[in-house]
Amino acid sequence: MSGGAPLKIRIRGLRKSFGRKVVLDGVDLDVPAASVMVVIGGSGSGKSVLLKCILGLIEPDAGAIEIDGRDILKMSAREREAVRGRIGMLFQNGALFDSLPVWENVMFGQLAKGRLSRRAARAQAAEFLGQVGLAASVGDLYPSELSGGMQKRVALARAIAARPDILFFDEPTTGLDPIMGAVIDGLIVDCVRRLGSTAIAITHDMASASRMGDRAAMLYEGRIVWTGAASDLLRSGNPKVDQFTHGRREGPIQMELME
Amino acid sequence: MNLLLDFLAALGRAVIGAVRGAGSLALFGASALSHLVRPPFYWRMFGRALVDIGYFSLPVVALTAIFTGMVLALQSYLGFSRFSAQSATANVVVLSITRELGPVLAGLMVAGRIGAAMAAEIGTMRVTDQIDALSTLSTNPMKYLVTPRLVAGVIALPVLVVIADILGVMGGFIISVVKLGFGPNMYITNTLNFMQTGDVVSGLVKAAVFGFLIALMGCYQGYHSRGGAQGVGSATTSAVVGASILILAFDYILTEMFFAR
Repeated sequence: MSGGAPLKIRIRGLRKSFGRKVVLDGVDLDVPAASVMVVIGGSGSGKSVLLKCILGLIEPDAGAIEIDGRDILKMSAREREAVRGRIGMLFQNGALFDSLPVWENVMFGQLAKGRLSRRAARAQAAEFLGQVGLAASVGDLYPSELSGGMQKRVALARAIAARPDILFFDEPTTGLDPIMGAVIDGLIVDCVRRLGSTAIAITHDMASASRMGDRAAMLYEGRIVWTGAASDLLRSGNPKVDQFTHGRREGPIQMELME
Repeated sequence: MNLLLDFLAALGRAVIGAVRGAGSLALFGASALSHLVRPPFYWRMFGRALVDIGYFSLPVVALTAIFTGMVLALQSYLGFSRFSAQSATANVVVLSITRELGPVLAGLMVAGRIGAAMAAEIGTMRVTDQIDALSTLSTNPMKYLVTPRLVAGVIALPVLVVIADILGVMGGFIISVVKLGFGPNMYITNTLNFMQTGDVVSGLVKAAVFGFLIALMGCYQGYHSRGGAQGVGSATTSAVVGASILILAFDYILTEMFFAR
């Protein structure tokens, strides 16, 4: 469907329920290699659950998740661990370790793998902080001493520090002012291009979606209801996508406020 | 009839819930311990936990032990003087402190301090996705957060209890000598003659078990906390209450094992 580029991630029939609440109801998604896929959808539509299923933080009820053509749900725990080591994740609120200084946060994955001495890691942290536009001196601060935008940058530096070939971004611009949002989007695109990684970004910020994405998909009621080029988001011709991207109250999507 | 069925259903639910809770706690502990034999071991986290549990609990445990020893001497003296057995004061103090009060009171104080702190820290990490972040950074959260704390609890508590034993006996000594008119030499001779290795060792074994239980409850409740600040708050409460009850229950079980023959 994507003009011949090999698929990095291929998801088929992914289902997950929590109790009686069905969150993912047969998700099919193709992500071509070295591209950015933006997944849009309302709050609670299961976007985060989708990412956590791919990461192996949540075990899906049914379906297949193929990375480089291999179904990770059928892998042994050790193999899945290895796959997870190739995925970097930027969490919605950064999820920085607040008991550790910034440089140790950034280099945490590398230190955990035991490839680096602490001294070398400290020196290298400056390089990754530089890539997200932060001074090396920030490395000695603690996450609680940083502003929201700086925390996001540090979290981005941490996500890219292991040079992952897959990157996930969970609402990277939520809680930032529009300018800082644009800056973070730009950094994300830069980092993804530089690493040549494949990325999935979930967002409900349309400006952000069109800046970051090569392709886009909309998740609604546990299914992908539309996929296409990210540049077509605002003129998709799909009534649900139209309502969402233009923020209309009237349309096929009814907010369930009166439950 | 319906009322009876409702009652039985509620009772059944409560029992199933309790059994499920106990099972999941046991599995959690077993999984954490299984990481002991699978490298790496996070020495840095272990060191931090050891300082938190052992060193920073010293003042609280020391004060508790001294005052308990003092009260114990006074109460024993007053009670035993009714049948002219005041001279047994030293024996009662050393026996009660080493066998029971040292480990149990130190355990309860540490449960309040450390169990709560662990549940709050790990709980906050859970609700802010930091635990998920660990998984994505090639680090097993159980191995990183839980195992070092359990080991630190098992090691730190006996050390604290040795100190509590010494200070508790000293508290009794001070009151007996200064206020109750015992000769210092006689008091110390009485204490040393009466004290047996088994008394102290049983207390230290209890302490190790209590240390494990405190860390286990703190980590378990924090690890499974849900739903923001309120969830972390209730995890903290459950950790302290749960650890305290487990300490008292295991105190009985261990005493039965050691002394009832």
